Amino acid sequence: MLSFIIKRLAVAVPTILALIVFSFLLMEAAPGSPFATERGVPPEVLANLEAKYGLDRPLIERMGIYIWNVVTQFDFGPSFKFKDRTVNDLIAQGFPVTLTYGFWSFVVAVVVGGTLGILAAVYHNTWLDYLAVGISVGAQVLPNFVMAPILVVVFTLWLGWLPGGGWRGGQWEYVILPVIALSTSYMASIARITRSSMLETLNAQFIRTARAKGLPMRRVIFRHALKPAMLPVISYLGPAFVGMITGSVLIDVFFSTGGIGQFFVNSALSRDYSVIMGITILIGSLTVLFNLVVDVAYAWIDPKIRY
Amino acid sequence: MVFPRRATVEALEQAGTMEAVQGRSLWDDARARFFRNKAAVASLVVLAAVVIFASFGQLLTPWSNEEIDWNMLGSVAQLGAPSIENRHYFGVDETGRDLYARTVQGTRISLMVGIVGALISVIVGTAWGATAGYIGGRTDQVMMRIVDLMMSIPYMFVLILLLVVFERSILMLFIGIGLISWLDMARIARGQTLSIKNKEFVEAAQAMGVKTSTIIIRHIVPNLLGVVIVYATLLVPSMIIFESFISFLGLGVQEPSTSWGALIAAGADQMRNGTPWMLGFPLAFFVVTLFALFFLGDGLRDALDPKDR
Repeated sequence: MLSFIIKRLAVAVPTILALIVFSFLLMEAAPGSPFATERGVPPEVLANLEAKYGLDRPLIERMGIYIWNVVTQFDFGPSFKFKDRTVNDLIAQGFPVTLTYGFWSFVVAVVVGGTLGILAAVYHNTWLDYLAVGISVGAQVLPNFVMAPILVVVFTLWLGWLPGGGWRGGQWEYVILPVIALSTSYMASIARITRSSMLETLNAQFIRTARAKGLPMRRVIFRHALKPAMLPVISYLGPAFVGMITGSVLIDVFFSTGGIGQFFVNSALSRDYSVIMGITILIGSLTVLFNLVVDVAYAWIDPKIRY
Repeated sequence: MVFPRRATVEALEQAGTMEAVQGRSLWDDARARFFRNKAAVASLVVLAAVVIFASFGQLLTPWSNEEIDWNMLGSVAQLGAPSIENRHYFGVDETGRDLYARTVQGTRISLMVGIVGALISVIVGTAWGATAGYIGGRTDQVMMRIVDLMMSIPYMFVLILLLVVFERSILMLFIGIGLISWLDMARIARGQTLSIKNKEFVEAAQAMGVKTSTIIIRHIVPNLLGVVIVYATLLVPSMIIFESFISFLGLGVQEPSTSWGALIAAGADQMRNGTPWMLGFPLAFFVVTLFALFFLGDGLRDALDPKDR
């Protein structure tokens, strides 16, 4: 098991490094200086600014320094637009918010989606099954940017039950709509995957054996069917994580929750390179690490995988 | 029971004298299966209507997608609702531009994005996957590692980075979409190739000394086609969602051009001002088209990939 983890780490680390180098070079290729303003900056001032941010040194040296700072001190450097703040400040401010509703969205998607899928498979071809299939088909066409406005129209404008934006330190009524908007389409996918894999498992020989020896249905499902049936779901968790973390950008913008997505889009619009880079690298590394965890979990659960 | 029925015997006797029955190819079977699926056929009709709307819808209106109706400006909420008299069939947007013309234009861009993304994925993904799968060994490992590596990166962020660095434009959007759309297809094509490459007809071709590239193009790829078509149709909606997401954030298509995502974003911005048509029409188009595309994809899968049911 340890050698398997090390082997996967040997892939993950270069991936993250490649991502850092790629985004660094991309930012270098970008036309225009981040200090350019409409009035124009005097050359002396520009030279001073560039010296301050280290932009006057050769490319390789700067890249080396940047990577060194990121890897050893987790330091993404100063923001070019928010003069008095570093990228780390922005991340420290926004990340807890993103993490809060991201975590709940993930939990809702997995728990609700999984339960729906299992119920649909166990009560195959009953109204429960049709309801679950109906929900998962319908939610396919409701990605987060469709869900968010619909939710606000219904729950904020018509019913007036929940606030349509803001965060207020994460009070529960401000968390609900973002979580629903973010998790719906993934919940639907998880329900669909769980249902079909559970149906397949319930038809397997070993389930028939378990039932033939007189085990109660509940025990058959939880002890025997659940584990093998969850394997495809686990392999979907990686893409779901990527999708949700991407979706968080939209949630932040639409609900003004103040997570890192809001900083990301603002800096994309104002060309604040160091912030875009920092967030891209942070998210990329998180994704690579999450995929690593998923792979390890998969190998741990699936007895067929030899490592 | 051992003896064939009398009728069968007679039929067999006559068989030699009758005209040869037209053989049914696999594609004929697939078509028959497809047209038996009512949801899929209905989706095809809906999609045809959407395509006609996008192609010729502009002819029905005197307004263009960037022209501002000055009568409306300032009182959009009172006057801007959909109406036949002033020929704003879908109403006007917050700056007094005709929403019908903008929806036509947005539909065009969104459909184009879906189709281009699917095309790139079919061409690049199939070539990549078939090559990796057929050659196998170290080549296969390296090629699929590259795919794995690219898939493990949250692409939306990198694409937004690209859009920021190289100015936002439709072309850049297409390049960005092209960069990611083929990854899944490459995996699927490789998996299929692995099962095809040990079949007898491939062996026969190898025995005859056919070049590797020719075997891939002439023998492997045509046999992948069924599965590739199915996944390409399922890819169209996800590409449309992808583009709409970026445009919703305001990082995609540029004014005065628009797409479903940009229209939904604009409508959502205005929803507190009592102008529900601005959100409603683009949303309806988006949802209906996506539904149709998903059902079409399902229908095609049932038709072309019957073992998968």
